[in-house]
Amino acid sequence: MSAEPKGHRDHILVVIVENKSGVLARVASLFARRAFNIQSLAVAPTEDDHLSRITIVVDGESAPIEQVVNQLDKLINVVDIQDLQPGHAIERELMLVTVAVEPEHRDDIVEQLDRAGGKVMSVGTDSMMLSLVGDPDHIDTFENLLRPFGIIEIQRTGRVALANLDETIE
Amino acid sequence: MKTDGGQALIRSLEREGVEVMFGLPGGAILPVYDPIIDSKIRHILVRHEQGAGHMAEGYAQATGKPGVAMVTSGPAATNIVTPLCDAYLDSIPMVVITGQVPTAAIGTDAFQECDTTGITASITKHNFLVTEAQDIPQVIKEAFHIATTGRPGPVLVDIPKDIVDPNSPRSTLEWEDSVEIDLPGYKVDTSVDPEAIQKAVELIQNAERPILYIGGGILKSRAAEALLELAELTGIHVVTTLMARGAFPDSHELCLGMPGMHGNFTAVTAMQESDLLVTLGARFDDRVTGKLDEFAVNAKIIHVDIDPAELGKVRQPDVPIQGDCRTAIEAMLSVLRASGSSDADRTAWKSRVSGWQERFPLVYEPSTPEQALKPQFVIEKLRDATPSDTIVASGVGQHQMWASQYWTFNHPYTWINSGGLGTMGFSIPAAIGAKVGCPEKMVWAIDGDGCFQMTAQELVTARVENIPIKVALLNNSYLGMVRQWQDMFYEERHSEVFLSKEIPDYKGWAESMGCFAMRVEDPEEVEEAIAQANEIEDRPVVIDFRTAAEEKVYPMVASGTGNSEVIVPPSQENEIR
Repeated sequence: MSAEPKGHRDHILVVIVENKSGVLARVASLFARRAFNIQSLAVAPTEDDHLSRITIVVDGESAPIEQVVNQLDKLINVVDIQDLQPGHAIERELMLVTVAVEPEHRDDIVEQLDRAGGKVMSVGTDSMMLSLVGDPDHIDTFENLLRPFGIIEIQRTGRVALANLDETIE
Repeated sequence: MKTDGGQALIRSLEREGVEVMFGLPGGAILPVYDPIIDSKIRHILVRHEQGAGHMAEGYAQATGKPGVAMVTSGPAATNIVTPLCDAYLDSIPMVVITGQVPTAAIGTDAFQECDTTGITASITKHNFLVTEAQDIPQVIKEAFHIATTGRPGPVLVDIPKDIVDPNSPRSTLEWEDSVEIDLPGYKVDTSVDPEAIQKAVELIQNAERPILYIGGGILKSRAAEALLELAELTGIHVVTTLMARGAFPDSHELCLGMPGMHGNFTAVTAMQESDLLVTLGARFDDRVTGKLDEFAVNAKIIHVDIDPAELGKVRQPDVPIQGDCRTAIEAMLSVLRASGSSDADRTAWKSRVSGWQERFPLVYEPSTPEQALKPQFVIEKLRDATPSDTIVASGVGQHQMWASQYWTFNHPYTWINSGGLGTMGFSIPAAIGAKVGCPEKMVWAIDGDGCFQMTAQELVTARVENIPIKVALLNNSYLGMVRQWQDMFYEERHSEVFLSKEIPDYKGWAESMGCFAMRVEDPEEVEEAIAQANEIEDRPVVIDFRTAAEEKVYPMVASGTGNSEVIVPPSQENEIR
C-alpha cells in the first residue's frame, strides 16, 4: 500500500503569523468556518521572536487553494503566506510508535528500523518504542511495515517544510 | 503625562474624531463611563445592546464615518454579536468596545465573563483583547484603521476592567501625543493594475450586451459620481443590488433597478442575457445569482473588488481587478476617453431591454375601499410625500423588498438595510443611528410587524434622546415573507406565521414610548397621515398601516432555481419573455 499520490494532491502552506495569543485559534477557526480541510498542522516560533510559523497541509480537494490563501491573508495577524509547491520543498515528519514485539522478533524490527534510519527509544518486555524522521511517504511506508506486529500507540507530528534552496539535493 | 486606561480610552476615541457613540454601561465597563461625563463625545443610552450595534451601523451607513458602540461584558457582549455579524456581512465600518472581567479573573468563569474575542473572531474583521493599559491608545488607533480601510468591517476591542479602573495599579499609563500603528500583517492596496484596466476596457468596448452590475462597494468607495460618468460615457445599463440602491439614480434612463430573487424582471433578465457583466464592488451573492451554474452563462466577467478573496470566490472572472472601485472606474474612464467608448452595435440589445421594461413593470393590484391597504401603495404614497434625499431604513422581509422595489432612490446613502445577514429588527435602531448622523434629513423606518416587535424598545431611546425618526409599520399580522414561502412552496400550509390581529396595540404601545402614533386602515387616509407625520419634528412618529396579508412580493426567483425562471405576477404570466 503505497502512499505516493497522496502527498502530491495536498498543498503545503507556510503561514507566518504574529506571535500573539489566540492566533492559532483564528487560523484554525477560519478553516472550520470556510469548510477547508486541514490534513496536518505544525506550529513553532521562528528565528524572529515576534513571529511564529504555522505549516498547514491543506486538502487541495476541499477548496481552491487560492481561496484558502486569500482568506488566510485577510487575517490581520497573518504576515506572510507561502504555497510550497510539491517537489520544491523539503518536508519532514517525526513518528513515535510503540509496537508489540515478542523478544524473538526484536532483531527483525531493529534491522528494518536501521535500514529506514530510525532509532529505538525504549524497550519493554514485549514491546518497543521507535522513532523515525522522514518525509511523509517514508513514514507511511515504515508505519505500514510495522502494522503486522501490532501498533500499540502512535503519534506523528504534523508536517514541517522549508522551500528548497537552489542547490539542495534531496 | 500619566493617566489611567479609562481616560486614555475616551481620549483615544476623541482623537479618532468620534462625535457620537451608542451604548449601555454595566459592571466591567463602568470605569470608562466616568470620563464620558467630561467628554465632548455624545453618548446615546440605548435600551438593549443590540440596538447600540444597529444604531452604530445606521450611523456609519448614512455618514460614511465609523459607527462606535460601547457595552459591558458577558450578556452585553453576546447581545451585540448580531450587529457585529450584520456589519461583517455588509462591510460596515464599526468599532465596538466591550468591557471584560479583570485580567486575573479571565478564564475563571467569573460573573458576566464570556470569551468575547473567541465568540466574535469569525464575525469581525479583527478583534483585540487588550491586556495592558499602555496598549489602549495604539489598539484604538489600529481598530479604527482596520475598520475603515480596505474592505470596511467591524472591529471589536475587549477591555478588562483592571486596565481602565483608576483604583487599579494596572490602569496607569503614559499618555503620548501620538501613537503609531503596528500591523505587519495588514496591507491595503487600493491601486489597480493598468493592464487589467486596459483589458476590461477592451471587453467593454466590444460587448454587445453589457451590464454594469453594481454592489455596495461603490458606496463604500464613494464612487457614485464616477459610476454615473462611466454609465453615461459608455451608455451601459446599470443594475443596483440591494446593498447598492441609491448608488446610481433610479430615475436615470440607464437604471434598471434591483436584480436578484425579488429584483425586477428587466434587471434579472438583462443580467441573465448579457455578454459582459462589469461587476463593481459586488460579490455574486446567492440572492443575486440564483442557481449558480445557470447564472448569466454567456457573460464574460470583469470583477473589481478591494478584497482579493472575492475574486473567483463564486464566479471566476475573465478580468479580475483587485483594488478600490473608484480608482478602477477613474482608470477605466481615462482609457475610454482616450480610445472612444464603444465599437459594438447595441441597438438590438437596447430594444430588447426596453421591451422587457414595457412588458414587465413592477405591478400590484390596487386595493378597493373595502380591502386592507396594499403595502406597495403605502410605500408609493410615502415616497411621493417625502423629500428625495429622505433616508429609508428597513427591516427584513416582504416590506424590505417592497421598499427597495417601490422607492425611488436618487441619492447615495439614503437606503439602509440588512442585506447579507437579513437581521429582523434592524430598521428602528438603524434609522435612529442614521438620524443622529444626519439630523437635517428626514429619516423613515419602513418596518414590518414581526420586525417591529424585536427592537421597538429603541423608540424609547429615540424619544428620550430627542431623535425624531418616523416609522411606517406595514402591519399584516403575519411573518409575511415566511408566509409567502408557505403559500408558494408548502401548499399554503401556514405554520407559525400568524402573529395577532389586535395584539399588541401598536398605537398605544408607541404612545407609551413617547411617540406620536396613528393607525391607518383606509386608503383614503394614507396621504393625510403621512403629511401629518412629516410635520412632526419634536418626537418620533409611528404609523400603523394595516396591510393585506395575502400580498406577495413579485417577481420572484424561487430558491434553487435559475434566473431564467422568474416568477412574475399573475397579470404578466402571458407576456412574451
